[in-house]
Amino acid sequence: MVVVRQRRTMAPESPVYTQADVEALSERYNEPQWLRESRLAAWELYEEMPMPSLQDEDWRRTDYRHIRWDQASPIVEANGASLDIVPQENLEPLSGEEQGGFIVFVDGKIVHYEIPEALKAQGVIFTDLQTACREHTEIVRPRLMTQAVLPGDGKFAALHAALWTYGVFVYVPRGVAAQLPMHVVIYNTRPGASLGHMLVVAEDGSQATVLVDYLSAETDAHSAYIGATELLVGDNANLQYVALQDWNRETFEFHHQRARVGRDANLDWIVGTMGGQVVKQYLEMELDGQGAFGRMSGMFFADHDQLFDHDTQQIHNAPLTTSDLLFKGAAKDRARTVWQGMIKSLPQMQKIDGFQASRNLLLSDEARMDGIPGLEIEADDVRCTHAATFGTLEEEPVFYLMSRGIPRAEAELMVIEGFFDELLERIPFERVRERLRAALDRKIVGRE
Amino acid sequence: MGAALEIRNLHVAIDEKPILRGVNLTIKQGEVHALMGPNGSGKSTLANVLMGNPAYEVTAGQIIFDGQDLMELEPDERSRAGLFLAFQYPVSIPGVTLANFLRLAINARMKAEDPDSKGISVSEFRKLMREKMDQLGMDHSFAGRYLNEGFSGGEKKRAEILQMAVLRPKIAILDETDSGLDIDALRVVSEGVERLRGPELGVLVITHYQRILNYIKPEFVHVMYDGQIVETGGPELALHLEEAGYEWVREKYGAAE
Repeated sequence: MVVVRQRRTMAPESPVYTQADVEALSERYNEPQWLRESRLAAWELYEEMPMPSLQDEDWRRTDYRHIRWDQASPIVEANGASLDIVPQENLEPLSGEEQGGFIVFVDGKIVHYEIPEALKAQGVIFTDLQTACREHTEIVRPRLMTQAVLPGDGKFAALHAALWTYGVFVYVPRGVAAQLPMHVVIYNTRPGASLGHMLVVAEDGSQATVLVDYLSAETDAHSAYIGATELLVGDNANLQYVALQDWNRETFEFHHQRARVGRDANLDWIVGTMGGQVVKQYLEMELDGQGAFGRMSGMFFADHDQLFDHDTQQIHNAPLTTSDLLFKGAAKDRARTVWQGMIKSLPQMQKIDGFQASRNLLLSDEARMDGIPGLEIEADDVRCTHAATFGTLEEEPVFYLMSRGIPRAEAELMVIEGFFDELLERIPFERVRERLRAALDRKIVGRE
Repeated sequence: MGAALEIRNLHVAIDEKPILRGVNLTIKQGEVHALMGPNGSGKSTLANVLMGNPAYEVTAGQIIFDGQDLMELEPDERSRAGLFLAFQYPVSIPGVTLANFLRLAINARMKAEDPDSKGISVSEFRKLMREKMDQLGMDHSFAGRYLNEGFSGGEKKRAEILQMAVLRPKIAILDETDSGLDIDALRVVSEGVERLRGPELGVLVITHYQRILNYIKPEFVHVMYDGQIVETGGPELALHLEEAGYEWVREKYGAAE
C-alpha cells in the first residue's frame, strides 16, 4: 500500500524577497550608485538577522506570526488610481483655505504634489524621496539612514533600508521658519508591502510643522507597512511632527522612528494609532544637545482583535536636556496594547529632566493593556519621573451626564473623548482634531 | 394637576448594608421641602437614588414620579421626565465644555419628544445661556470652559443652578448646595433658585444647616435620622434644629449603633 502524504502548503515565515528584488528596484528607479550600494549593504544585514520572535525582549508581547507573507510581501504597485479615491477629509487644507505643502501617495505613487511659492521662496524643499536622492544628493546622502534610523536597528529597519520604495524629504534651511505646514497623505488601496520613508531635516534655527496621514482602503488580503521615519532637528530648531495612522485591519505595521534633537532645540512629536491588525512602532528621541527639549504625545484606541505595541525611548545624550512623554490609550473588545518606555542617560549627563506617563483605559474585560515604564539613569543629579495607570470607564461622570438627560451611549462617548482631550488639544489643526475625534467616536460606538 | 414625586417605604443598601430603612415622602410641583439631618443619616443617598445612581441598590419600596415608576427609568430618562439633581460634589469632565454639554442636554430632551427635532438653534441657545448666566452673576467665559474643571466650590454650585435654570425641571433636588459656600455665594445661588420658584417647580432642599433656608424658605421641613424620616413640620422645625442641634433627635430616636 502506498501512503500518499499530502503536504500542506504553509505560508512563509518571513518576507519573500531576494537580493535580485533589491537590484531590480534600484534599477527601476535609476538610482545613483551610492544608493544602490547602501541598499545592498542593508540587504546583507537583513539576511544576517533572524526574524524577531517572542524570545526577543521588545517582541515578547507582540506576536505577528499570523501575517500571511505570501500576501504581504509583493510590493504594492500603483494601479492607475488617482486622487479621487482618497477620502475627502484627508485632502482638506490643514487650516484655512490655503493648502500648505501637500503630497499624496496612492499605493506608493504620487497622485498629487504641490508646494506653495511661499515655501519655495524660503528655500524649503518638500519633495518625494526618490527625486531628493537624485537632485539633493549632497543633503540627503549623509542623512538617509545614517544618523537617525539605522539599517542595523532591527530586521525590519534593514529590510526597509534595502527595499524602501517611496517617501518624502522635507528640508528647512538654516534660520527659516516655514510659513505653511506640510502635509503628506499615504493611502493604500491594495494588499501587499508598502515601504514608505519620511526624512525631515530642520536645520539650525529653523521651524516647521509636518503632518502625515497613513491610511488604507479595505482589502481582503494582508498588507505589511515596513516604514522608517527620521527627524533631524538642528540646534535651536523647532519641529512639530504629527503622524496619524488609520490602516485597514489587514495591515501589519513595522515602523522604526527616531528623532535627533540638537542644542536648545524643540521637538513636539505627536502620534495617533487607530488602525492596523498588528502595529509595532519604535519611537525614539535622542536629545543630543544641551538644552534640547523633546515632547512625545501618543494616543491610541484598539478594538476587535487589534494589537498595538508602542516602544518608546527618551535618550538623554547631553546635560540639561528635558523629555516629556505622555501616552494615552484605550482598548475594547479583545484588543491588546503594549506600551513600553525607557528613559536613558549616561553618567556624565547631569541635570536632565525626564518624564513619562502612560494612561490606559480598559473598556472591556477581554481587552488587555500593558504599560511598562523604565529608567536607565547613570547620572545622579537628575529628575526622572514615570508612571503607568490603568482604569476602566468611571461610572461617576457618566452618571452625571445622564442625570442631565443625555443617554448612556452618548455620555460614555463624551467621557472617553474627554480622556483623550488633553492629547487632541496638542494637535495644532482644528480640522485634524475634528477628524480624529470622529475616528475615536466611530471606535467607541462601533459594535462587533 | 401638577406632577408629584412620591417616595414609598424606600429601602436602600450599599454592599448589603442598609442605608435607607423605609423612607416616605411626597413632593408636589410648587412645593418647597427641606430635608435636614445629621451627617450619615442617609440624605445624600436618597438624592442619588432618586436620580438613579447605579451605585445604590433599592431593596424595597417605590418611587413614583408624575404617575411613572421611576425605578423603571434610567437616569437620563428620569431627567427628561423632569427630575433634576444639583450634586453636592459635581464631577469635572475634561474635554466637554459647559455650553456644549448643556446644548446636548437640551437637544436630548427635544429629540426624546420629537425624533425629527433639529434641536435648539445656536442663537437661541446663546441667548438663553447669557440670560441665565447673568442672573447667576457668572462670567460668560464659563460657557466655554470644561465642565467643572478648575471651578471653585462656589462656581460649581452656580453651574449646577445654571443647569437647573436651563433645563427647567418639575422637581429639583438640591443636595447640600450650601456646603462650601461663603455667605455671598450662598445668597447668589439661593436667589437663583428662588427666581425659578413657582407653581411649576417642586424643590427638595437637602441640607445640614438651616442657613440656606433663610433664602429658600420651605413650606415643609423633614428630619432624617438613621435612614428614616422621623420628624416633619413647618419652617419652625428648621429653626429649632438650628438652636438645639441634632442631639435631641439622637436621644429621641436612639443611637444608630
